[in-house]
Amino acid sequence: MLIEITAGPLSPEPFLQHVRRDDSGAVALFLGVVRDNNLGRRVLYLEYDAYPEMAERKLREVAEEALARWPITDVAIAHRTGRLEIGETSLLVAVSSPHRHDAFAACHHIVNRIKEIVPIWKKEVWEGGEAWIEGDPVAGK
Amino acid sequence: MKATVKFFAALREMIGARELSLEVADGQTVDGLFRELCARFPRLADYESALFYSVNAEYVSPDYALQDGDEVAFIPPVSGGHGAD
Repeated sequence: MLIEITAGPLSPEPFLQHVRRDDSGAVALFLGVVRDNNLGRRVLYLEYDAYPEMAERKLREVAEEALARWPITDVAIAHRTGRLEIGETSLLVAVSSPHRHDAFAACHHIVNRIKEIVPIWKKEVWEGGEAWIEGDPVAGK
Repeated sequence: MKATVKFFAALREMIGARELSLEVADGQTVDGLFRELCARFPRLADYESALFYSVNAEYVSPDYALQDGDEVAFIPPVSGGHGAD
């Protein structure tokens, strides 16, 4: 398992290498990428704030949850903090498993859980304004 | 006894600090501490229904009794990951 919270750019290769196994025929990779619009507004950039110690612990929990539920072989998760420009990767999830179905399912689940319980917050900055985006308050559930 | 309170995202901007070191009464709960801070920072109360509490980087229930040296955080709804769904 590899968990990382970093202010530096995310490149998939080390994470793919980390999860790849000779007995696993599938590696699913998800990249969350900063897009240039939201709710009809032109987004200039995003700023991520995190509670790093807790976020790391919760990411580990999310990975362990997936490892217990699906026959997958390994998980790597990385999340950026700080200012991110359009097109940059904010979230990376890589999952390996013997067969593709489990890799896809576990990867999907991990991405959803991250948005529920991991203390990381996103501020959207557009021309003439900015706002912290608040997800659904379901933390801890 | 003492506790450290950490603020993130919208709360950090509202309070104007990332962290406060506070003197708390013996037996104070994390919810009681939140209420004390609401008296000092009235706009904090607007967030009450949306917040979760954490102590030492783990979610706790509002009736958690604080201990000396605890690190408390009031956690706004999280929004990490990608896009806005």
